[in-house]
Amino acid sequence: MSGSVLFDSPGPRARRRMVWINVVATLVVAGIGAYALVLLDRKGQLAGALWQPLLTANAWENFLLPGLRQTLVAAGLSVVTAGAFGLVFGLGRLSASRAVRWVSGGVVEFFRAVPVLLMMVFFYLFLPQLDVVDPVDLPLVAVVLGLTLYNGAVFAELVRSGVHNLPKGQREAALATGLTRGQSLRLVEVPQAVIAMLPAIASQLVVILKDTALGAIITYPELLAAARRFGSGNGNILQSLVVAAVVFIVINWLLPRLAEVLAGRVGRRTAGRARAEAPSLAATGRDAS
Amino acid sequence: MDDLTSLFREFDVLGAFWVNLQLTFWAAIFALVIGTVLALMRISPVPSLRFAGTTYVTLLRNTPLTVIIVFCVLGLWGHLGITLSGDFQQNFFWLAVLGLTVYHAAFVCEALRSGVNTVPVGQAEAARAIGLGFAASARLVILPQAFRGAVAPLGNVLIALTKNSTVAAAGSVVETSSLMRTMIEARGDVTVLVFLVFAVGFVLIVVPIGLVTTALSRRWAVAR
Repeated sequence: MSGSVLFDSPGPRARRRMVWINVVATLVVAGIGAYALVLLDRKGQLAGALWQPLLTANAWENFLLPGLRQTLVAAGLSVVTAGAFGLVFGLGRLSASRAVRWVSGGVVEFFRAVPVLLMMVFFYLFLPQLDVVDPVDLPLVAVVLGLTLYNGAVFAELVRSGVHNLPKGQREAALATGLTRGQSLRLVEVPQAVIAMLPAIASQLVVILKDTALGAIITYPELLAAARRFGSGNGNILQSLVVAAVVFIVINWLLPRLAEVLAGRVGRRTAGRARAEAPSLAATGRDAS
Repeated sequence: MDDLTSLFREFDVLGAFWVNLQLTFWAAIFALVIGTVLALMRISPVPSLRFAGTTYVTLLRNTPLTVIIVFCVLGLWGHLGITLSGDFQQNFFWLAVLGLTVYHAAFVCEALRSGVNTVPVGQAEAARAIGLGFAASARLVILPQAFRGAVAPLGNVLIALTKNSTVAAAGSVVETSSLMRTMIEARGDVTVLVFLVFAVGFVLIVVPIGLVTTALSRRWAVAR
């Protein structure tokens, strides 16, 4: 709680003053909200006829839920493939060989710097030239590949920092029992680092889930695309987008809470510290320290 | 090599990057202003302001940027008829800046708050002990240290913003990702080269931002 650092618990005078500021602040915020509503109403956007279609079974059964399913499929696949990518290149960055370290480092830095959308568009246009993907699956594959490369790079960093954050004694003990450095890494350090980063992976799911919406740009029929389609059919795009946004917000609000529960559960199984926060809040992360 | 020069001759690659940089520039400035206000609200002693700030951050941070930008164009402009510029193309540009701004303001707020968290409790206690109120202790003691602690996370937000400026393509702005699409469709023979041109372009923009913010955050770090 950063707030409590800055001020004492208020006394009687401060509390009286606070009441007034509260009233003013509430009025200002409510005023902005009311102004937005008036603006919407003047354009007739609050009309029940525009919101009604979103409450019908048709909207959910044929548009929003299938869209949400596609969103979850892409996110679910991506988190698995990105995890594998992250493990491989995270290990690469910890390798004893300098060449492997450099190559892995280069790959990770490259994919962290390139916008995900650029990668998705590239794969969407490039894969048909190779003729390796069924055209039906093309948008999904392009979305998953784009998300895998970026988030895999983030996971690779997580693996590396997870291993660095383990107490020194873990490796020393492993070496003392006669394991080689590679064995110590594979058998002792990385498993603990991975457990410690589980919650962070869950948090990264929020980023992945949000980025699946980029798929709408390359014709992947996820939630945003479904909402748009439904909206343009019923002349209520604004309302459909609001509903889609609410679905995203609810899911993304729940995920970090699950991550925290997870962090509490696995905390005892690793010498590292299980962290619930994502490696970086924004869509990228250079080391924040 | 011939392919490369012909690509640059036929298409305005640098112009497309310039659009992304402009999007980033304006959105960064506006997001910094709004984000600072939000951060002040979230650390203030007034519960209603804290609540408003928290609600904004929760809502905007959990909505995909693509949804926000599509909403700005199809909702604000398409349905409500809000225009931000008389020029047709410029209008899309500023709507995209609006979308980028409101989204990243939430992240700027969180970056600044994490900066506040780097200030030890003792600093605030000492400030209060010498009789400074909330405003004075925030202005003279807390925020100067908090901004220095927030340089690295703010750098992260700037990097994310730079990369996210490509999402403006969802709002009909012609920029790098849309130009890349046009180029690949026109020159299918050099698809990979086209991608590498744009990818390396972003690496060249993003990596220096990271290096500079890391260096600045080290130099300005408060010695404790």
